[in-house]
Amino acid sequence: MMKKKIGRTGSALLMVVLTTLTVALSGCSSDKAGDSAKVETGAETGTDTVTSTETAASTETTDDLSKLTVGIPQDIDGLDPHNSTGAGTREVFYNIFEGLVKADSDGNLNPAVASEYTISEDSKVYTFTLRDGIKFHDGSDVTVEDIKYSLERNMGVDGSEPLIKAYGKIDSVNVLDDSHVEVVLKDADSDFLTQLTVAIIPAANEHPETTPIGTGPYKYVSNSPQENFVVTRFDDYWGEKAYIKDVVFKIEANMDAIVLDLEGGSIDMMARVTPTQVAQLSDKFEVYEGTMNLVQALYLNNAVKPFDDVKVRQALCYAVNPQEIMDFVSEGAGTEVGSAMFPAFSKYYMPELNDTYNTDVDKAKALLAEAGYPNGFEFTITVPSNYGQHVDTAQVISEELKAIGVTANIQEIEWNSWVSDVYSGREYEATVVGIDASTLSASALLSRYVSDNGKNFVNFNSADFDAAYANASAATDDAEKTKYYKECETILSQEAASVYIQDLPEFVVLNKKFTGYVFYPLYVQDIAKIRPAQ
Amino acid sequence: MKYTLKKLSSTIVTLIVVSLCVFLAFNVLPGDPAIRMLGLEASPELVAQTREKMGLNDPVLVRYFRWFVAFWQGDFGTSYTYSVPVASLILSKIPITLTLGLLAFLFTVVISIPVGIATAKYENGILDRTITVVNQVIMAIPPFFSGILITFIFGMIFKFFTPGGFVSYTDDVRGFLRYLLFPSVAIAFPKIAMTVKMLRGNLIDESGKDYARTAYSRGNNTNGVLYRHVLKNAMIPVITFLGMALADMVAGSIVIEQVFNIPGISRILLSSISNRDYPVVEAIIMGIAIIVIGTNFLVDIIYRIIDPRIDIDD
Amino acid sequence: MNNSKLKKLLKNPYVFIGGIIMGLILLMIIVGFFWMPYEPTKMSASEKLQGISLRHIMGTDNMGRDVFSRVMYGSRVTLMIAIGTIIIGAGVGTIIGSITGYYGGMIDEVTMRVIDALFAFPSILLALVIVSVFGVGWPQLVISLGIAFVPSFARIVRGEVLRCKNMDYIENARLQGVSDFRMIFLHILPNIKGVLASSILIGFNNAVLAEAGLSYLGVGSQPPYASLGRMLSDAQQYMFTRPSYVLCPGIVIVLMVLGFAFLGEGIKRWK
Repeated sequence: MMKKKIGRTGSALLMVVLTTLTVALSGCSSDKAGDSAKVETGAETGTDTVTSTETAASTETTDDLSKLTVGIPQDIDGLDPHNSTGAGTREVFYNIFEGLVKADSDGNLNPAVASEYTISEDSKVYTFTLRDGIKFHDGSDVTVEDIKYSLERNMGVDGSEPLIKAYGKIDSVNVLDDSHVEVVLKDADSDFLTQLTVAIIPAANEHPETTPIGTGPYKYVSNSPQENFVVTRFDDYWGEKAYIKDVVFKIEANMDAIVLDLEGGSIDMMARVTPTQVAQLSDKFEVYEGTMNLVQALYLNNAVKPFDDVKVRQALCYAVNPQEIMDFVSEGAGTEVGSAMFPAFSKYYMPELNDTYNTDVDKAKALLAEAGYPNGFEFTITVPSNYGQHVDTAQVISEELKAIGVTANIQEIEWNSWVSDVYSGREYEATVVGIDASTLSASALLSRYVSDNGKNFVNFNSADFDAAYANASAATDDAEKTKYYKECETILSQEAASVYIQDLPEFVVLNKKFTGYVFYPLYVQDIAKIRPAQ
Repeated sequence: MKYTLKKLSSTIVTLIVVSLCVFLAFNVLPGDPAIRMLGLEASPELVAQTREKMGLNDPVLVRYFRWFVAFWQGDFGTSYTYSVPVASLILSKIPITLTLGLLAFLFTVVISIPVGIATAKYENGILDRTITVVNQVIMAIPPFFSGILITFIFGMIFKFFTPGGFVSYTDDVRGFLRYLLFPSVAIAFPKIAMTVKMLRGNLIDESGKDYARTAYSRGNNTNGVLYRHVLKNAMIPVITFLGMALADMVAGSIVIEQVFNIPGISRILLSSISNRDYPVVEAIIMGIAIIVIGTNFLVDIIYRIIDPRIDIDD
Repeated sequence: MNNSKLKKLLKNPYVFIGGIIMGLILLMIIVGFFWMPYEPTKMSASEKLQGISLRHIMGTDNMGRDVFSRVMYGSRVTLMIAIGTIIIGAGVGTIIGSITGYYGGMIDEVTMRVIDALFAFPSILLALVIVSVFGVGWPQLVISLGIAFVPSFARIVRGEVLRCKNMDYIENARLQGVSDFRMIFLHILPNIKGVLASSILIGFNNAVLAEAGLSYLGVGSQPPYASLGRMLSDAQQYMFTRPSYVLCPGIVIVLMVLGFAFLGEGIKRWK
């Protein structure tokens, strides 16, 4: 048995999955939210540069700094943490619920409900020690039975399907004594700890769907659909207590009114604000810049004509200029990507692939002519209408493609239609979305390009890629694994699986009355770290 | 009595048609409520199991019948998105949209009737001409645009209210009413303009008719004629219009609730449509249908009171 | 139409003003078919969100596109949507209204219940259904708006047909054995054309406004060829930085609706 303290696991082993049931493209709001298609995880925190202009000029001395109002773009979709899948819900629940382990802003797994753990040498038995004196929000003590109950609930004990696919791997959860629980796996899995961030909730609570009780730094007060979600500081929290007493998550139905609402004072903080909105803000606000950790691309359906011809796909890559898109859509912010990997995965990201196709209209035309389309062709880009940045990107692409005689029509569709037609049905020619990783592993981004993968909605089909991916999966040595993943990325780039564009910038706006916003490599808003500015 | 029965039965038929339309509409809409609930990464097995549990695998008519029976027993079902009973979800939002609609209606009636009468009385005077032109301009502004202008002018420049700073009626009734004031003006604006225009036209038409001239020639002063006979007749179409306007307040509030970030019924309706939350959508649309049909019914009755000559059975 | 009547019509200030406004807008649309200052989709990174200038008489938008060119194109889209909506709404509405009004009985009863139901069915939901099934686009928009406009036309026409049905001349025609079809379309409908004409003009206004509302809710016409409503709703977030971008399409919408309204008002007064 090797014994180690949690929290020392080191950021190299960032295989964190905060949320196991990650909905990579979890559909957020239905309204015209200006944010980009979800973000899930990432390996590093992006660049936390702070752009702000001088002077806080705190004129409102009477302001109540014990209350923070945070705008969120969509409703909380259910109060039961095990049954809520919306990325927007989980970013709020991070403050209320905790698992046995919990991710921090560097991507490490820290102790939460458990105070330490051991993993058996065959990686099949995980044993946890319950943190001494930890309490639920209702004042009751957390017991090992609660842990067993919470994990088994996700396993779907009475013959039903597991709520989290990976929990199908659990053979049993056994209570050893008053302070120890072991999780026994059917097969060895040295990364299973990443799945154990699932919320621990009291077994005694009969209605988790209406009365959410957790162990986090904030406790639930009330939820009013389409209006707000209110929490208050949990004073018996085991760890570092939150600074701000009352926090209201206010649903902002109208993303176009964000600037008005921030300036007017009805919200103090808003994440995923667009660069244009940032440009309109006064100096009352501090703007934190990070990245969304996703791969935005013009995804091409490799199974339909003319995109079944690699030359056509390459021609589009030569014609589309990512920098120009960033200039138009996000005032030049954003990070170019040349393959299906975003920069936060620094270990796997290959900046050199950005240069596989440097904008070259003549070359693009030549390739089109070789492919038999000397006069170009016409196709349709299908974009989910609720993601303004993707719609704008599609417009820029359409304009750029005119230069090589290709006509790209834009078809906006509702998010649900996008899911059923494009993502599940694969009935489309091209689409612009952002794809994120559901775990902090390169496979989360690359597995979908394996030809028979169920999520391969671009219908990419390459024997070389399949072989390289299989090698990566089989490899046990980290360096070797990384080498094969990089090979995968290179193949995607050379074969022009899609037209890779950028990792979108993320802007978080916080009223200067407050400070301390921290980016996470995960989709969370850690409100407990925010404090009043002096 | 016969009339009431007839009206009642046709109301029920209409409601059934509406509810069936909604059900069928959702049946052709792409988007699986189970996937919507579970997320894109859910395993196909879990989705299948959830669909079964939600009863989504039954034929559409079976589901409709099941919903229909429960609905008339007062069971509106449970929201897929919020896991709370639809009835309590809607009940908590009704006061918001209702207050908004009633305030707007109040503004419409209180402003438009005197203004309409004044413009008719001084036909072609300066007041009349000015108001007629202003009316046309108001009617030409898209509602969301006037909402944005109101937010900009009264919220940002004059700071009469905090943009987006909705206060719940459970927290502070005065703050709640103060916030709803401007949105309700935004809803009322076009209605006021239309009512004034209509009332003015009707009054002028009616006062040109023989009976009014006769009354006038008998020595009744202008005011007397206007108020006693003409106004009564001129009001009939106006009442129809106001009735329709009241029923239309919910639909009218869809855009305004969005512009002013008011968490009312319309917002729940819109989000439930995109979340494929059938039970909520069905219940809200049935509610709207009942209001629309109910107001029509009331309007008919008011007709009778104002003018017993109207043969409603026609 | 004799000369004096025509003169009187033209002297009517409403017709005069309405005519001038509509004339200008139509001129702008027609010229747009042959010439526009810039390609309406032409982007320019260096000219984003510019104010009014000689180079861009209505400024530029967030993609550096010339707002005036886009307004020229957008007016065309908006007008076509309004015309399409009215053709469907008034066409189907008139047919339904005249048939139900003329025959009465069960057909009338059943159809009017469906019409009531349609009236109670929020048009936004209808639009969402159509858009979700067929995708966002102006033909879908025209169909959903058209359907939403059917009930009001059907009701108006039905009421008028009921009123005319028992008039002497109709009775006469009926005694002479005129077929039902001829009766409805050649005898009754011409008699109600006045009411129909003003309803159509009001309908135009409502169609333009409804299109703007649906665009605001995200089910309007699709980029990059935006309608005026879509432009206005896209522009609203630049209210602070570049008010001209918001106001230009806004004012053109208001003018378009005003033009229709004045013409309608004038025609009504002229009769």
